[in-house]
Amino acid sequence: MSAERVEPVNGAPAVAVRGLTRRFGNFTAVDHVTLEVRRGEVFGFLGPNGAGKTTTIRMLCGLLAPTEGEGSVAGFDIMRETEQIKRRIGYMSQQFSLYGDLTVDENIDLFATLNGVPRAERPERREWVLSLAGLRDHHTRMTRELPLGWKQRLALGTAVLHRPPVLFLDEPTSGVDPLSRRAFWELIYTLTAGGTTVFVSTHYMEEAEYCHRLALMNRGTLIALDTPAALRAGLQDPVFEIRTPDGPHAVQALAGAPFVRAAGLFGRAVHVTLAPDAGGEPAVTARLRDAGIPVERIARIEPTLEHVFIARVQSTGGAVED
Amino acid sequence: MAAISRIRLFAVARKEVVQLRRDRRSLILAFLLPVFMLVMFGYAISWDVRDIKTVVVDQDRTVKSRDLVAAFAASGYFEIVDHLPAARDVLPLFDRGTVKLALVIPPGFSRDLGNGASPGAPVQALVDGTDANTATIVLGYTRATVQSWSQRVVLQGRTLTPPITAESRVWYNEELLSRNMIVPGLVATIMMIISALLTSLTIAREWERGTMEQLAATPVSRLEVVLGKLIPYIGIGSIDVAITCLLGVFMFHVPLRGDILLLAVLSFLFLVGAFALGIWISAVVKSQLLATQMAMLVSYLPAFLLSGFMFSIDAMPTPLRILSHLVPARYFLVVTRGIFLKGVGLDVLLWPALSMVLFAVVGLTLAVRAFRKELD
Repeated sequence: MSAERVEPVNGAPAVAVRGLTRRFGNFTAVDHVTLEVRRGEVFGFLGPNGAGKTTTIRMLCGLLAPTEGEGSVAGFDIMRETEQIKRRIGYMSQQFSLYGDLTVDENIDLFATLNGVPRAERPERREWVLSLAGLRDHHTRMTRELPLGWKQRLALGTAVLHRPPVLFLDEPTSGVDPLSRRAFWELIYTLTAGGTTVFVSTHYMEEAEYCHRLALMNRGTLIALDTPAALRAGLQDPVFEIRTPDGPHAVQALAGAPFVRAAGLFGRAVHVTLAPDAGGEPAVTARLRDAGIPVERIARIEPTLEHVFIARVQSTGGAVED
Repeated sequence: MAAISRIRLFAVARKEVVQLRRDRRSLILAFLLPVFMLVMFGYAISWDVRDIKTVVVDQDRTVKSRDLVAAFAASGYFEIVDHLPAARDVLPLFDRGTVKLALVIPPGFSRDLGNGASPGAPVQALVDGTDANTATIVLGYTRATVQSWSQRVVLQGRTLTPPITAESRVWYNEELLSRNMIVPGLVATIMMIISALLTSLTIAREWERGTMEQLAATPVSRLEVVLGKLIPYIGIGSIDVAITCLLGVFMFHVPLRGDILLLAVLSFLFLVGAFALGIWISAVVKSQLLATQMAMLVSYLPAFLLSGFMFSIDAMPTPLRILSHLVPARYFLVVTRGIFLKGVGLDVLLWPALSMVLFAVVGLTLAVRAFRKELD
């Protein structure tokens, strides 16, 4: 083995891939994805289930060989230097994958050792992870007994034991309550403050807002990549909020109309995204009147990321059916 | 292949030990199953034919005929359970399987003996041939008993030196106890089964529980994972070999005549191969259920049927004899029987030893190659 490069090549982006593709038989899970993640960035990865997010992350982490494409992670080639990459990344999988039959301490010790944390530093790193994850009082507990939110904090802590410059989190907060989610994101910011690049996939819109930049994925392809603000501003389609006593039927009536991009219930209101040349508010009111649905109020609103997300997914063929 | 990091290797091994200690199912499999199998098979399997249930149809009813029957009873191989008036009464007893041999002494037996008629006085032996092996042995004992009795009768009152006398002596298993052959063989077959079964779970379990994903994301190498998993099992396997051997010596009184150290070294070689085989299966099929079934299939049947444990390899049809070379238990069996009964050394056991080295190397290579740190 030649002399090791310990740090990423100077100035190299945290992640840079071109034409990244993975096929499983006839199915193309990831189709020519090209993206770049700057160092120190919180990079969000958004998309419906089956969009190819997990497959992309696994390829970036060296867990899955790309069928095609090229690029680097932490300055190392994703096709040839996967073992080098593994030393410089942290990875938290979508499914909890620490050992349930080991204690918190044992899991931390195991992964610290496997990830090359020197013996002398291990106690200090262990303390650091325990306090980061809030598990100081539970470090001798069997990992499988922990509540999901704690498990996820432990998994995050374990992923960064060796201070990796790049951290991949695959839907780290799925299934936990909003409070734990918020706490989890504070941890992520703590890490980025120390210079870590975070590549995180999610399907929570409020989490997407926390990211510096977002990549939107659907059906294996990248359909948008920008800052949250730019993505919102970039949505040409007008969004209207409608108050009506019969929300569900209003959604039904609107969803069938040719000028409607997307319609859905948001709380008790109906939000409808129109095609830019659809005729705006009068077209919506006419459509609802024809369906016999009373409209109490209708107003144009600022689009949120969720509108952007839905509109983009709809315009690229909708989500893949599970 | 990347160099092995001792630190990572031992981290994997330590983790495996901790998990094993908490896994009651594996512990039972590891420590109770071999004892259970040894005791069960050790007592159950016996090829010794003794106390053959015998009925006598004595139609001669003379001193001589009663003397022949007495010779049968005294031999120790036959147990006279009944006397019947006619040969046809034997059939229902054979049908029910309660009797293996019927000795029919025809009327005039004593008279024919007395006038020295050639070809001699006939005696009929009816044998239940359902189990051909037992039947052959029963016939052999019958012939031997009749012969020695007739010699005694012929020689009565005279001195005659027979031209040839065969002085037979049995070596290695002087009492011809099948147990002495079975127990060392059992050590080999049991270890084959236990080894493959135990490790067949290890990698498949990590795939099923999803822990492989986290493990694969670390810089740990394939060789480190496979060896790290192997080390604790070699420890368990060595303890198992020791337990089964001790039971063989102290419970079944099988002589252990050879070098214990040689037995330990060769057992170690065998265990590496057998455990690697289990890991290989586990890495290939990735499912615990399937891996267990596969392990049973490739270890259990060949270990019992093709290793020479149950059936002599020399007597097998050529295709099976060739196939038996692929059964690792075959070589270990030669080793255990050789060291236990004959007390032979490495000079004699060189070929089986080298075969086991080859088996270990191939097993490890297959396991490392089949195990991929890649998800799909």
